[in-house]
Amino acid sequence: MRNEGLGTRDQLNSTQWRRRVFKPVVWLLCLAPLAYLIYSLSLDLGANPIETVTNFTGIWTLRFIMVTLAVTPLRWLTGINQLVNYRRLVGLFAFFYAALHFIVYIVTTFFIEGFSNFDAPGLVADLTTRPYIIAGFTAFVLMVPLALTSTTGWIRRLGGKNWNLLHRLIYITAMAAVLHYYWKVSVKLVPVNPRNYGILVAILLGWRLWRSVARRRASEA
Amino acid sequence: MLIKKAPDLSESEVTPKALFVKRREFIAAAGVTAAAVATNGLGLFGGNEEVAAQNPDAQKLPNLVKGPFGTDEKMNSYKDVTTYNNFYEFGTRKEDPAAYAHTLRPRPWSVVVEGQCGKPGTYNIEDIMKWAPIEERIYRMRCVEAWSMVIPWAGYPMSKFLERFQPTSRAKYVEFRTLVDTKQMPGQTEPALPWPYHEGLRMDEAMHPLTLLGLGLYGEVLPNQNGAPLRLVVPWKYGFKSIKSIVRVSFTETEPVNTWKKMQSAEYGFYANVNPQVDHPRWSQGSERRLGEFFRRKTLMFNGYGDRVASLYAGMDLRRNY
Ligand code: HEM
Repeated sequence: MRNEGLGTRDQLNSTQWRRRVFKPVVWLLCLAPLAYLIYSLSLDLGANPIETVTNFTGIWTLRFIMVTLAVTPLRWLTGINQLVNYRRLVGLFAFFYAALHFIVYIVTTFFIEGFSNFDAPGLVADLTTRPYIIAGFTAFVLMVPLALTSTTGWIRRLGGKNWNLLHRLIYITAMAAVLHYYWKVSVKLVPVNPRNYGILVAILLGWRLWRSVARRRASEA
Repeated sequence: MLIKKAPDLSESEVTPKALFVKRREFIAAAGVTAAAVATNGLGLFGGNEEVAAQNPDAQKLPNLVKGPFGTDEKMNSYKDVTTYNNFYEFGTRKEDPAAYAHTLRPRPWSVVVEGQCGKPGTYNIEDIMKWAPIEERIYRMRCVEAWSMVIPWAGYPMSKFLERFQPTSRAKYVEFRTLVDTKQMPGQTEPALPWPYHEGLRMDEAMHPLTLLGLGLYGEVLPNQNGAPLRLVVPWKYGFKSIKSIVRVSFTETEPVNTWKKMQSAEYGFYANVNPQVDHPRWSQGSERRLGEFFRRKTLMFNGYGDRVASLYAGMDLRRNY
């Protein structure tokens, strides 16, 4: 443990910078969409506010997944290794927004005419028969083990190698999430935004594939 | 956040008309750009601007009479009805028609009538509006996307419109078509749908007393984004059947292919009757969100108009004829 308490402004070492400056800034950035969501509840959210809120939490989940996936390539590109310190946090926020998105969907879709009437068969039917919901649910469910094992204790228990392996589930989450968005918007049209997120995922995952192939080649040579 | 300013119409008092129109187009374009920046930049919350009726000539419909079949349910606001629209001719997002439909020119307007009828020809909107007393009819509108509204339409029975053209006994169906004009309908530069949009009804459906030729809402002529200057309103069918901005009416012997069925026949059929028992692959049809309400409500068979229209489908398998 470093002796943080004694550091003055001009003596901050890198750990202190991380704890006192970067971490809070990242936290604030991650909380900004939530703050905006809460603030916007006081604004006019249009004719269908529930849809607006569902879409808002959905798109921010997707954005946080993208940022999480972008950390490693960015680190490689810029050489700033410290970036990895924030990957878990950003990933957890992705899960947080996904959970909000899911809760809003459950509450506003399956309580019929009041809280006393829950349409459980309707929920089961939605989760099992509708392609875009199945894709979204897959994306979300696969994030649960990642969120649960996000603590330092779990990293130790699993060992870095296994932990990394497990957390590759995020790749499937990312693909399923884009599919969910794509199918939600349309089945046949090629909507611009889902397509762009698809391209982004292809780049972020393609880069990893390229790197692992390149590494294997290098170790064989 | 950027707020779109409504064009200042009082300018017309001091500016020559031609110049004023140019300026108005410019301001509208600037407003649209600002709105686009706001919605794209912030993602989703671009909707708090007050959107006026896009039809600058929005006039009150005189001598509006109260029509039959009304509901006493709470009506959706003028703003809900005019800012949350599916009208892909102006873009695929709900807010697009309100933002972009100002380019539509609902006057002058004419409708071509053709096919199995005694009086084919071209008819203009001024005349059409005079063919029958315009009534106010408050109908539920249920979209296939599982949301609904209550809308005070103005118009007159479709039967009074169609009878004018003296359909022959061979006229079994009637097909309607929307305008195609990429200048007036900029969304048509994208292949979102195969243009023109077309829809059809069986003759007995079209002649049913509930079926309306829509000419206005909230006591005014139709705003552009709601399908000015004339549209179909069939309250027991999903909203996509109620085609907007009609330029062509054809009486046919065979069942016309409607746009959405052509697009995705697994999802959309010809009949498209509101039916909580037959699900759409993307949206459960068992319940719906009435805009403005937090909880969903149960969807009613034929959107609650079953006592009047169920007999049209006696003996038909509505699971197959969805
Ligand atoms: C990682 C998980 C998820 C991501 C990234 C995600 C992403 C999104 C996005 C981006 C949208 C907005 C589409 C638009 O703007 O048109 C959306 C909409 C939606 N999502 Fe998700 N989603 C996820 C999980 C889920 C789950 C688990 C469910 C439910 C089981 C769900 C249900 C919905 C629904 C119902 C909508 C449409 C809302 C409406 O139009 O009213 N999503 N989602």
